[in-house]
Amino acid sequence: MLHMIGKRSILMLGMLLGLLVITFSISHIAPGDPAALAAGPDATQEMIDQVREEYGFDKPLVEQFFIYVGGIFEGNLGRSVYTTRPVAEDLMVYFPATLELVLYSILFAIVLGVPLGVISAVKQNGWVDNVVRIVSSSGVGLPMFWLGLMLQLYFSLKLGWFPLGGRLDLMTDPPTAITGMYTVDALLTLRFGVFFEALHYMVLPAIALSFPALASIVRVNRAEMIETLSLDYVTNARAQGISRFRMIAVYALKNAMLPTMAIIGLRFGWMLGGTVLIESVFDWPGVGLYALQAVTASDFEPVMAVTLILGAWFMLTNFLIDIIYGVLDPRVRGRA
Amino acid sequence: MLETHDLTVGFPVRAEGKKAVLTAVNKVNLHIEKGDALGLVGESGSGKSTVGRTILHLNKSTGGSVIFDGQDITRLNSADEKVLRRRAQMVFQDPHSALNPRMTIMRSVAEPLILHTKLRGAELREKVGTLLEIVGLQKQFLYRYPHELSGGQKQRVCIARAIALNPELLVLDEPTSALDVSVQAQILEFLKSIQKELDLTYLFISHNLAVIRYVCNRVAVMYLGQIVEQGETEEVFNNPKHPYTRALLEAVPLPEPGQPRRGKPLIGDIPSPLNLPTGCFFNNRCEKAMAGVCDKAPVPNFTVENGRRVRCLLYDPASAPQVEAAAV
Repeated sequence: MLHMIGKRSILMLGMLLGLLVITFSISHIAPGDPAALAAGPDATQEMIDQVREEYGFDKPLVEQFFIYVGGIFEGNLGRSVYTTRPVAEDLMVYFPATLELVLYSILFAIVLGVPLGVISAVKQNGWVDNVVRIVSSSGVGLPMFWLGLMLQLYFSLKLGWFPLGGRLDLMTDPPTAITGMYTVDALLTLRFGVFFEALHYMVLPAIALSFPALASIVRVNRAEMIETLSLDYVTNARAQGISRFRMIAVYALKNAMLPTMAIIGLRFGWMLGGTVLIESVFDWPGVGLYALQAVTASDFEPVMAVTLILGAWFMLTNFLIDIIYGVLDPRVRGRA
Repeated sequence: MLETHDLTVGFPVRAEGKKAVLTAVNKVNLHIEKGDALGLVGESGSGKSTVGRTILHLNKSTGGSVIFDGQDITRLNSADEKVLRRRAQMVFQDPHSALNPRMTIMRSVAEPLILHTKLRGAELREKVGTLLEIVGLQKQFLYRYPHELSGGQKQRVCIARAIALNPELLVLDEPTSALDVSVQAQILEFLKSIQKELDLTYLFISHNLAVIRYVCNRVAVMYLGQIVEQGETEEVFNNPKHPYTRALLEAVPLPEPGQPRRGKPLIGDIPSPLNLPTGCFFNNRCEKAMAGVCDKAPVPNFTVENGRRVRCLLYDPASAPQVEAAAV
């Protein structure tokens, strides 16, 4: 097990380095002069050159790369030309907002998806199964932003049940930043009113973001459950007289959960990318919205930083899933 | 000890958009005495596994009854069912899928004990150790996982699990078909020896005639959900009465290459259980089929000498003269 974790960690470091090279190259090969942009529309060539020197854009690419990587190890992700603040500082504000949204979304997808998959499999071809199959098939194909817009139209504008966007009412004082996640901070500072308000703002974006994940979790879990339920060890458990609940929950679900775990991990990684769309639909001040602004402003240090964080996030979730897999499945433990 | 009366199992299916019933088991009458090893033999799709599973209450029967020690077990309440679970256990064909991959050997074998007895802790471990010893596995396997064992070892674990509660009846569904030939022999030898030692009754399901002949004292031949012939193993093998039994025995490959085949090989395929033939189910493939006789009415079982039952009009005492005439 330790051997496996060690091997995976080294592999992850290598991938991270590769990611650094790729993000750096793409943003430096891309057209657009960041120095000119930073200097402003009325700047003279001299001023632009000065900015270029200041930001180090005049140095050779390789040198810039090493400065960049060295900076990352010191927590320096560069400076945003657009917000004029260090990117690391910006991310400290925006990342928790995104993390909070993603965590609620994946939680919702798991809590709803796994039981639906089980019910669907156990009552195969029943009416629940048919409804679940139709909804989940469409869920995999539905564009997330479209779903977000529809939810807004219906539940915010027509029914007025939920706010249109944002994390809190403009008049509400956000809770003291401890983790940066409003619901957590509100609980920690015992401001329950703010907690429920933040939760209320969370509902629509979280549902929209979680829907494709929910759909694929249901589909995978259902298929795996159907397969596992037909295996001989489950039949044997029945022949031994095991209760129906234990047969489904312990014998079948525990084994069916392995592939489901893999899809959960994958979806958890993708979700962070999906926030770019959802955050712009719901005006959610997170990393996605930040990256979108940076891209439109050719502000490439934030773009690099966000890409790096998304990539690292994806690797980390996969790494964690690998470890969970090892813990859950004795067959994986031996081989790394 | 175990009898089935007209046991019938049908599965609802959809064929060409229409609902239909697939009759997998069609009025099967079996009779197993305590200490017997009854072999159930037939082609794939003949319904032999379904018989085994229905006897253990893993499938619902749609007709007839299963009498286990005088009690009809097709309609049981849950308390009685739990008693049945103790008394009858099953061993599956594929030991790789018959063990939960997430449970240690210890846990897999202990499950029935935890479920039905009060054994716990050290006592339980000791009991599992003893069971492993009986099936010829060392204690070092206790905390291994199934994927660390070979096929033969896994099948031994399955047998240990099946005999954990001292059952009276074991349903063995092709217990050696998935194993290497060298391992098959060991497992068969072992099954034979524990049958005597533990006073077990076997329902041994197999398509392999040699295996049945080695382990079983009685045999029932299934075709398309029906028993077409049953009797003492040696008698059936030495003197098969039903044309299907004869064809099966003749189809066994001979060890010497170049030897002439005995008889003609069977032609055609087993008919679909969704579309059963009229008359004798075997009439379209039978070399002795009598046109206008065999394809008319369903064929009952006829008893020929000491307990031998054959489902074939050739053995109908009433029509014997007619048959003789047809044979000439």
